[in-house]
Amino acid sequence: MRIGVITFPGSLDDGDAARAVRLAGGEPVSLWHAEHDLKDVDAVVLPGGFSYGDYLRAGAIAARAPLMRDVVARARQGLPVLGICNGFQVLCESGLLPGALTRNSHLHFRNRDQQLLVARADTAWTSSYTAGQRITIPVKNGEGRYVAAPAELDRLEGEGRVVVRYVNGNPNGSSRDIAGVCSEDGRVVGLMPHPEHAVEELTGPGTDGLGFFTSVLAAVVAA
Amino acid sequence: MSLDTVELAARTPDDEQPYAELGLRAEEYQRIKDILGRRPTTAELAMYSVMWSEHCSYKSSKVHLRRFGDLPPSDALLVGIGENAGVVDVGDGYAVTFKVESHNHPSYVEPYQGAATGVGGIVRDILTMGARPVAVMDSLRFGRADAPDTARVLPGVVAGVGGYGNCLGLPNIGGELLFDDCYAGNPLVNALCVGVMRHEDVRLAKAEGTGNKVVLFGARTGGDGIGGVSVLASETFDDSADGQRGPAKRPSVQVGDPFTEKLLIEACLEIFAADLVTGIQDLGGAGLSCATSELASAGTGGMHIDLDAVPLRDSTLTPAEILMSESQERMCAIVEPDEVDAFLAVCRKWDVPATVIGEVTDGDRLVVDWHGQRIVDVPPRTVAHEGPVYERPMAPPADLDALQADAPPSSSADLRADWLAVVSSPDGADKTWVTEQYDRYVRGNTVLAQPEDAGVVRIDEQSNRGIALALDGNARFARLDPYTGAQLNLAEAYRNVAVSGARPLAVTNCLNFGSPEEPEVMWQFAEAVRGLADGCRELGLPVTGGNVSLYNQTGETAINPTPVIGVLGVHEDVTRRVPGGWRADGETVLLLGETRPEFGGSAWAAVVHGHLGGRPPALDLTAERALAELMVRLAAEGLVSSAHDVADGGLAQALTESALRYGTGARLGLAGDPTAALFSESVARVVVTTADAGAVRAAAEAAGVPVTELGTTGGDALVVDGALELPLAELREAWTATLPALFGSPEVAVGTVPAGTVPTS
Repeated sequence: MRIGVITFPGSLDDGDAARAVRLAGGEPVSLWHAEHDLKDVDAVVLPGGFSYGDYLRAGAIAARAPLMRDVVARARQGLPVLGICNGFQVLCESGLLPGALTRNSHLHFRNRDQQLLVARADTAWTSSYTAGQRITIPVKNGEGRYVAAPAELDRLEGEGRVVVRYVNGNPNGSSRDIAGVCSEDGRVVGLMPHPEHAVEELTGPGTDGLGFFTSVLAAVVAA
Repeated sequence: MSLDTVELAARTPDDEQPYAELGLRAEEYQRIKDILGRRPTTAELAMYSVMWSEHCSYKSSKVHLRRFGDLPPSDALLVGIGENAGVVDVGDGYAVTFKVESHNHPSYVEPYQGAATGVGGIVRDILTMGARPVAVMDSLRFGRADAPDTARVLPGVVAGVGGYGNCLGLPNIGGELLFDDCYAGNPLVNALCVGVMRHEDVRLAKAEGTGNKVVLFGARTGGDGIGGVSVLASETFDDSADGQRGPAKRPSVQVGDPFTEKLLIEACLEIFAADLVTGIQDLGGAGLSCATSELASAGTGGMHIDLDAVPLRDSTLTPAEILMSESQERMCAIVEPDEVDAFLAVCRKWDVPATVIGEVTDGDRLVVDWHGQRIVDVPPRTVAHEGPVYERPMAPPADLDALQADAPPSSSADLRADWLAVVSSPDGADKTWVTEQYDRYVRGNTVLAQPEDAGVVRIDEQSNRGIALALDGNARFARLDPYTGAQLNLAEAYRNVAVSGARPLAVTNCLNFGSPEEPEVMWQFAEAVRGLADGCRELGLPVTGGNVSLYNQTGETAINPTPVIGVLGVHEDVTRRVPGGWRADGETVLLLGETRPEFGGSAWAAVVHGHLGGRPPALDLTAERALAELMVRLAAEGLVSSAHDVADGGLAQALTESALRYGTGARLGLAGDPTAALFSESVARVVVTTADAGAVRAAAEAAGVPVTELGTTGGDALVVDGALELPLAELREAWTATLPALFGSPEVAVGTVPAGTVPTS
């Protein structure tokens, strides 16, 4: 199972995402933002970081990278795509996911171990969990406050497109405690917290994050 | 006015030059004339003035720092003092380079950018050695926590350290945050970076090979940072440069762009991997002047630079300003002509501008041309390595005898109140408000980070080999006795590394002191260096490098001497590391080491009594060594489930942090005088918890380390039989409320820099 991890200028957690794919049993494949080459991968991870230094708006420039045109086209045909933190910002900027991520309400960068509630356990990236399960994975961002118009939020909630929610504290002021959302078909998921930092007992708060990566392997087999 | 060329300088030997405004003394200016056999050109004068500044030349500290070079040779040391950073062998073919550097004055003037570029600078030093930077730490000092100016400086500094390091993708694994009035006009921002490479990948800063190209790459050169070490932005100077009047005043603090630095890191590592450079140097203080003169000085030949080739972001810069600019995120490489195309291709891939600006020559001069005219022609060694050296007068502080004679109180009137006061003081309180602003997880190799005693990073995912790092700099001890104080800081950092289970291996330092022109400060400095060197000799550790920051004072008042000491240790297997914090009920709490009634310079004396006096705790490096060996053994054999060093705030502080980490209390009994038991800061002590007290006792006895059983973990309070009971909820409230109450407002206070500041380096 080949899972691509895109490196943009300023990507930081690309190595971590590749490690998580490997620990989940997949084969990580490095993808370069400037090339129109998805290298026949079965799914794509957009990693965390500060692509293009967060200049203009976080994710805005990376969303217009050459490879993103291929990602958007393939995602619309069902290619599983996971955007983590900066990757989530890129997905919103590229139009694959609704809403936007703005400056944290308290204006600080915040890194902590965060409890999440898995609201949807039937997306391509969350099937290893059960609905209602609580998991702990790190959150770390300065611009992670999820916002959308109230009507849009109502629609997302109505369509069941909130994938994970913050519980026991909202670290950044996100609307309705939303930590992650998905596309209509549940193949594209974006979230601010970092599952790739919770894949080893040694270096993370636990291994709760591994499920995102085992899920997609199952989704690819099923497809 | 026309351009000041070498030819013009020879013809006009008597032209007056603003050497004093550039910080040079009359005899230093005369020495430059003697070296050149003529007056220096404007550009040459600028180069000498910055390179002969205290910051670049170490002219006051050099005679003392030689003590570090005189330490016995260490097998672990691959590259020693003199390069950008020392390199040590950590086994399995891995080498580690680490260094701390200060950015104190810029951080006072402009907290965010000052701190951010402090991180950027030390990261480039580590990168320059050929290593991939893998983690950062920060050691911070501010004035009184409730002072209005602290509210201006601290939030900006923390955001700057975080903003730059987070954007580079480097985990922040630890550090210090302490407050004292003496830093009110002069905060300390010391940043550490550590990098990892294979032995064969070590790079050096020297220009070799006639005909090799000098490539400047990274950010374009702008006007920022000029005047950081001088008054180059003065109008007088602009007027005389090339007839054009540049912008008269430019910010003396550099502005950081971590995104560009991230690209620079990746480009450099790709360039190193393809073996495309013969020498490399980063551009930091004194910019191009420093990089070119140091590269040429360390090599065998000369160097020719065509200054017109330097990419500028401000076309009005004069040649002297281009040579002096401290624009960030720039590097200078020596590249063989055949490799230049490949080098430039890597830079293009990473969108890093790169330009050939000169070449290595077979002469022994560094020459710089501008608009076809020669504006610099100097022997590079005289600029970079043969600056003035001073043996400044020294004298113990006049108040030292009285200070040492003023013994602190030794008995607590209310143990419970004192306990809460110590742990809720700004120094003792929970630092989450700060550390939450730092990414600790990026790169996925952080095994331990703050609030642990040491940061631990895995360097090999297969073998689980790793490193541990701790930074400590108690200035109260150093004020009372700088010789002992420096050694106490060394001992604490050494102990902290060992507490994690690592074997201590090497030492770095950042020596923050007042003005070297004050004999009392110079004495403190010399004593601290002597102490550190003696301590390292006794512990068998090499000093791999360091940084000296002088002139840390407000007006006439110097800061307390603040030698911040960093110790690096090695973990053969990071999965055996010992974390802090109690997780399980029913474990035995043991105190390793001996407690004596020692309150001089203690947190308790400072917080409860506002007292600083007497003697610091007695140093015992033999006991430290035995304790460290014991901790390494306990970790390897998996005999303890947690460990925490006892230092500032004594046992009360250590117990508080251990209990609150995971919300596990304990019932304890304390023998002897309770004030000493709880608040003494006797050295060589660690609190451990274990499920096998017998085995720990046996190991400690074999190591000659005294053991005291304190009690058993469990419950939701810290209970000291017959003395006090502290519910964890109450303790947590006291410990966690302090920093948010002081700095909780997210808005960065807008303030002005009070008069009397001396922004230099």
